[in-house]
Amino acid sequence: MLAGSGHTAGSLGMADIFTYLYFHELKHDPKKPNWSERDLFVLSNGHICPGLYATMAHAGYFPVSELKTLRKFGSRLQGHPHRTELPGIETSSGPLGSGLSQAIGMALAIRLDETRTTNRFVYCTLGDGELNEGQNWEAFMLAAKYKLQNLIVIIDRNNIQIDGYTEDVMPLNDLAAKLESFNWHVQEIDGHNFEMIDDAIGQAKAVFNRPSVIIANTIPGKGVVEFERRPEWHGKTPNEEEAKMALKELRTIGGKIECEQTN
Amino acid sequence: MIKPEAKLNSKIFENDVEKKPIRDGFGTGVVKAGEENKNVVVLTADLNESTRTEAFSKKFPERFFEIGIAEQNLASVASGMAHIGKIPFATSYAMFNPGRNWEQIRTTVAYNNQPVKIVGSHAGLTTGPDGGTHQALEDMALMRVIPNMVVISPCDAIEAEKATVACAKNNQPTYLRLCREKTPVITTNETSFEIGKAQVLFQSKINFDEDLDFTIFATGFLVHNALVAAKELSEATGLLKKTKLKIAVINIHTIKPLDTDLILKYAKHSKMIFTVEEHQIAGGMGSAIAEFLAEKNPIKIGFIGVRDQFGQSGKPFELIEKYGLDAEGIKKQILAIISKK
Repeated sequence: MLAGSGHTAGSLGMADIFTYLYFHELKHDPKKPNWSERDLFVLSNGHICPGLYATMAHAGYFPVSELKTLRKFGSRLQGHPHRTELPGIETSSGPLGSGLSQAIGMALAIRLDETRTTNRFVYCTLGDGELNEGQNWEAFMLAAKYKLQNLIVIIDRNNIQIDGYTEDVMPLNDLAAKLESFNWHVQEIDGHNFEMIDDAIGQAKAVFNRPSVIIANTIPGKGVVEFERRPEWHGKTPNEEEAKMALKELRTIGGKIECEQTN
Repeated sequence: MIKPEAKLNSKIFENDVEKKPIRDGFGTGVVKAGEENKNVVVLTADLNESTRTEAFSKKFPERFFEIGIAEQNLASVASGMAHIGKIPFATSYAMFNPGRNWEQIRTTVAYNNQPVKIVGSHAGLTTGPDGGTHQALEDMALMRVIPNMVVISPCDAIEAEKATVACAKNNQPTYLRLCREKTPVITTNETSFEIGKAQVLFQSKINFDEDLDFTIFATGFLVHNALVAAKELSEATGLLKKTKLKIAVINIHTIKPLDTDLILKYAKHSKMIFTVEEHQIAGGMGSAIAEFLAEKNPIKIGFIGVRDQFGQSGKPFELIEKYGLDAEGIKKQILAIISKK
């Protein structure tokens, strides 16, 4: 809201998965963003970076107060992530369809250095609308060719893109079947259920001869009933009134608990 | 006369001058680079033999990656590998790399500031029979307009080998332009090479305070045609009512960053300049020089290159002649312009 522009729905929808990764799963050190043994997280759908920035701030990569500078001139929190601006961002993204390729490059390079015994994992999130971009499919083919066991992809299956619902704009139909036919290990989960996320990541890490993809079914705008499942919230920001309402709803989990924070 | 300091091939003007493909220089150079640094890796998009990455792939098979016919993936995978400390050479034909994957190069290589080397082979008209779809005449423009990108166009196979070894060490996004055909070997192992430093190859004797009639800035294998043209023009008598024309020829192997000091020096001491390239005039090497001189030292420029046309099928050097880029064609264009003054 302070930035005046940005992508609401996906940021909210992926909040649970970001939380799981940055607070439980990733081998990382917010104080040492270049730590040579860290796991890598590639956000291919770079437009939901407000969610990532918020997660990184709370994890300790930079002060939470810096979040107010999103998209402003001179900010390290660029509208779409810029690798050379903000430590902890592994690559610039925004133009859709390139993240998986880069994640593959990282996974290949790590395996070249450390062989298949490596326990460094590369995680890459993709949007479902993003899968319209052909480069992704070049990448899916390549990862399977190299049997990249240290690559784990999470698709944010939230069923929306800018011009409407994905199945109206460009139907993905049976995404799981498509990816299985590309020789990936495929799982489908509720992207808001931490136990399912945990099980799926565990399974993905255990698979050795194929790269893994987790199709996370999510609700775009999750947690704010007025935003949920509406394509128009893909690229819109709340005005002041909407923001107040939304923050209250998120902080009280729809009125189920009390919360003292009001700003 | 040829500048002795340039230590050029002594047979440069002979009919039997040695000829080697510029892409071969890359092939041997990348093996050398791989021997010097174990982080050098090579990626190809189904063009292992013709882009000359085969020798590297046999010597360092674990560092060689066959990406298949997928140039967008090629550039971005290379970027990811660079993020983990590799020095990737991403190779294909120039028309597809950077032609097809320009945005991926811009975002994942240049904007990310990763030291990926984009190698565009088979650039120019000499790709020959494959025709206009395969003859990249726009690639230098595409690459030089991107911030952070270094752009190199070697004049022969020996320079290409040096350029390859040098750009493996420069820690910057770099575009290396190669071509297919056997072209004259102009330089020798002793010729100096430094990224960003142009070389004066030919210069007529002039008196102190006298200007050159013109300086030719050339790039790629056309440097040889420019040298032949300059030699013949400088030896002819009676042109422009003068005893002899005073000419210099400079090899611009680095299109970006330009050697602005040297270019300015020669522009200040020439009545006009010519630029020669196997590329569209729009946005090419001549255009880059014009941008610089328009600000610093406006001077009349004769652009010699491809004039807003596509290539076509034909024998490589037949095409060069038809498009006016052989030595005779260059001479003719120069004479037409200097006579008009």
